[in-house]
Amino acid sequence: MNEVAHLSLHVPEPAVRPGGQPDFSNVKIAKAGAVPRPAVDVAPEEIRDLAYSIIRVLNRDGEAVGPWAGLLSDEELLTGLRNMMKLRAFDARMLMAQRQGKTSFYMQHLGEEAVSCAFRKALAKGDMNFPTYRQAGLLIADDYPMVEMMNQIYSNEADPLRGRQLPIMYSSKAHGFFTISGNLATQYVQAVGWAMASAIRNDTKIAAAWIGDGSTAESDFHSALVFASTYKAPVILNIVNNQWAISTFQGIARGGSGTFAARGLGFGIPALRVDGNDYLAVHAVAKWAAERARRNLGPTLIEYVTYRVGAHSTSDDPSAYRPKTESEAWPLGDPVLRLKKHLVLRGVWSEERHAQAEAEILDEVIQAQKQAESHGTLHAGGKPSVRDIFEGVYAEMPAHIRRQRQKAGY
Amino acid sequence: MARMTMIEAVRSAMEVSMGRDDEVVVFGEDVGYFGGVFRATQGLQAKYGKTRCFDAPINESGILGTAIGMAAYGLKPCVEIQFADYMYPAYDQITQEAARIRYRSNGDFTCPIVVRMPTGGGIFGGQTHSQSPEALFTHVCGLKVIVPSNPYDAKGLLIAAIEDPDPVMFLEPKRLYNGPFDGHHEKPVTPWSKHELGEVPEGHYTIPIGKAEIRRPGSAVTVVAYGTMVHVALAAAEETGIDAEVIDLRSLLPLDLDTIVQSVKKTGRCVVVHEATLTSGFGGEVVSLVQEHCFYSLEAPVVRVTGWDTPYPHAQEWDYFPGPARVGRALQEVMEG
Ligand SMILES: Cc1ncc(C[n+]2csc(CCOP(=O)(O)OP(=O)(O)O)c2C)c(N)n1
Repeated sequence: MNEVAHLSLHVPEPAVRPGGQPDFSNVKIAKAGAVPRPAVDVAPEEIRDLAYSIIRVLNRDGEAVGPWAGLLSDEELLTGLRNMMKLRAFDARMLMAQRQGKTSFYMQHLGEEAVSCAFRKALAKGDMNFPTYRQAGLLIADDYPMVEMMNQIYSNEADPLRGRQLPIMYSSKAHGFFTISGNLATQYVQAVGWAMASAIRNDTKIAAAWIGDGSTAESDFHSALVFASTYKAPVILNIVNNQWAISTFQGIARGGSGTFAARGLGFGIPALRVDGNDYLAVHAVAKWAAERARRNLGPTLIEYVTYRVGAHSTSDDPSAYRPKTESEAWPLGDPVLRLKKHLVLRGVWSEERHAQAEAEILDEVIQAQKQAESHGTLHAGGKPSVRDIFEGVYAEMPAHIRRQRQKAGY
Repeated sequence: MARMTMIEAVRSAMEVSMGRDDEVVVFGEDVGYFGGVFRATQGLQAKYGKTRCFDAPINESGILGTAIGMAAYGLKPCVEIQFADYMYPAYDQITQEAARIRYRSNGDFTCPIVVRMPTGGGIFGGQTHSQSPEALFTHVCGLKVIVPSNPYDAKGLLIAAIEDPDPVMFLEPKRLYNGPFDGHHEKPVTPWSKHELGEVPEGHYTIPIGKAEIRRPGSAVTVVAYGTMVHVALAAAEETGIDAEVIDLRSLLPLDLDTIVQSVKKTGRCVVVHEATLTSGFGGEVVSLVQEHCFYSLEAPVVRVTGWDTPYPHAQEWDYFPGPARVGRALQEVMEG
């Protein structure tokens, strides 16, 4: 009689759980400077390897090495450092504000500051980002006023979004930042549409789409790849792989083989993986993709390999699903410290200046916070008017909404 | 003035709009080279080029998502969902995104898109080519919802929709594409070329969104209908000889409440007719409003005549579709009540 082998379902599991020894031996890390820098008009099939490697510029000693180095001046790097420090300080204060009950919710960027801050500098004025919730660095690096961000987080009377959006769901057309949706991945395909429109109008502007590793499982991610490759849209398709989607490790969205970047290969989209904690590498790769888009060569997919050091949001407790020391074991280090080390090595920065900058930035953030709080916080002080609930559903208010507003007494 | 079918009127609306405003772009499955499965976009690509009218991958969520992005850029996309039945994959983009972008960004971004889709039954389309999903949209704040009943309205309303600064769902009753349909499936359809509402100006005109039209004045009972059911209601009034006033809503959201209320206050009776299923259908909304605003004028309970609470059957579609006989019985019932 034939023995029939019974099937069993494979459910991927992370290498370690709380209590275990953090282990990132599976993360294959190329040496800094080892990955070639192809011409922007390279055929996608010639750079398949770049979807499986990791482009890095800063080595362990803080030197910038290899073909992706040398694009930024000392001045620009110092600005980059400052922006990342600002985002970190902003996060710390707002996290505290949430704990103090001044807002309902907050999401921080700890460990991922280089991704959005460096990327922003590769775009030009007029380009449009379609961000998800962990890219506030796009606004900070574009000098969007922190006080406005705080007003939004507090839903106070000065909130540019009139108290309608969850905290951190900013919107600023002027700063190339599309209104954030709470529904994951929807923005990804919208970015492609925006880029298609720019091409339809023979414009010079490009778009950037943003998504997390977990959300790449959504259909809209795949829809975006279909449209971007079909129409060769001038769009940069960014995937921030910070290893975790709330409590779900990245292997659940990715499976056991391949990389997120490699998802672009089947679509003929050039795909690159980059060290997301290396400000110089992120910027260089973003610049490369932006140039491709601007030269009408079509989309590029970029996976930023990074680690979410903080909790997913203020409603999350990461110690319940991963070792407490996992972030320390993360092999790509801290983006702020790495850039700092590089600048010190170059002789344009020092421990003293760093400490001084930290103090200045903290002061700047506290000043902004005071100013924002003078307009109120979620449960205290000035609020947007109840009238604002009814405004702006349509360009012109229809009669049924007007009747309901009157009923509400406004 | 030319006589046009509803399909020609829809096409003419897009053609006129694309000619006046180069921000208008048209795309969807098969709409480019081929001109759409119902030929609503025929000739647009040849005339305006393939970056203004083009074929999309079979990916409704992608069609809506990219349209939203284009609108954010400053274009005015008018997209086609091949059948209303296939808008479900795009439902998230329509209801959570397009409908709320203006509100959630406090006007920083807007979404002036039009989503055209053939709706309704009567063409032996079976379960997946016959649905009337209007109530799924009227429940969503931020959308506008239009259902025309004839070529003249279809063109004027579609141009208004394309020029509207907000997202508009434009539901085209496909049973009316070639002629008015009064529910008598055994009789040949009179083509629009023999109907006064087939008279459609060649150029630009608009019909305001949110205004109903009284198709047949009467004093005994008000019939509220839209799309294909307008013609069924007219037939039922003729056949029963009841002096019914037939209102064609044209726009479900925003709704022309004044016209309904005025009419019901005058007649004291009301029948609401639609093709979609009964439970939680748009008719329930109309009945509530009539009850709220006309209670003391009502001489009989308001009655709904609708499709059944079942999927749309293929072989028995004439028993599903509310025809003049069913509407006629409802009229008699309300008159006796
Ligand atoms: C359509 C949808 N499904 C589920 C959620 C709930 N949700 C919010 S964030 C999140 C995890 C996302 O993880 P990832 O994409 O990896 O981004 P990260 O938070 O790691 O930056 C989930 C499941 C949602 N907001 N939208």
